[in-house]
Amino acid sequence: MPGEPEVDRGDAAVLVRLRGGDEAAFADLIALHHAALLRMARTYTTDAALAEELVQDTWIAFLESLGRFEGRSSIKTWLFRILMNVARARLRKESRTVPLSTVADRDEPAVEPRRFHARWLPGIGGHWSEPPAPWAELPEEQALASETRAAIEAAMAELPEQQRQVMVLRDIEGFAAEEVCNLLGLSDTNQRVLLHRARSKVRRALAPRMGGERGSAP
Amino acid sequence: MTCRKLIELVTEYLEGALPDGDRAGIDEHLLKCDGCSAYLEQMRQTIAITGCLREDDLAPEAREKLRASFRDWRSQQT
Repeated sequence: MPGEPEVDRGDAAVLVRLRGGDEAAFADLIALHHAALLRMARTYTTDAALAEELVQDTWIAFLESLGRFEGRSSIKTWLFRILMNVARARLRKESRTVPLSTVADRDEPAVEPRRFHARWLPGIGGHWSEPPAPWAELPEEQALASETRAAIEAAMAELPEQQRQVMVLRDIEGFAAEEVCNLLGLSDTNQRVLLHRARSKVRRALAPRMGGERGSAP
Repeated sequence: MTCRKLIELVTEYLEGALPDGDRAGIDEHLLKCDGCSAYLEQMRQTIAITGCLREDDLAPEAREKLRASFRDWRSQQT
């Protein structure tokens, strides 16, 4: 989070234990970050075994970097940075191209244009002709229901790589916008546009499940 | 401010990235537009639900493999 002190106290304690060879400290770190790293690794490849390898390599590179880690970022940010380097190096080696899709689909609307009155109509132009109905207030159990999760996972799997990465980092892993810009090498504006596209599409995919709104064709 | 324009500014609105004028325009629009209010709330719910995907499970084999890596690394220190 922005505005926090430079060295996280929890991180500092963990680093001392790790450098002292405390295996339990490493196990705690794995429990805390492995799943998140794996999710991010899967944005680079659809090969599950390869994604797992990327994360294994990340942990090894992390251990090797412990001597020079100064605690200027959080351990979590450091781990993600290593993962990205590992993934890029590895995927380049295997001559896969990591698509340099930029913020290409800028024109794609968040909501189908047919749901608005034509722009030229006096008074109502550009306003909803088919307004969305409020979704039911979700109890936590329903939000976590496997079908809901599956719907989000499916929608996110359809996203272009950068959109998916931004949404994973921001909305699932809780990184601040600034950290995401740094990690992915994006400007503030591009980060927001990618996030907007991603969230809009996931909202659209969820809508039919949440009642009130007609399903929208992909 | 039309509804169609507002929905494309929702993320900037939620991120606090809009100039004051646009922000005020949206606030004013939301007061009188149920459709956009519902839309904004849906986006907030989408974000909240997506946050629930966070998971912390890890296969025992993967965990053991990593702990072994740690012991290797430790044995190479000093």
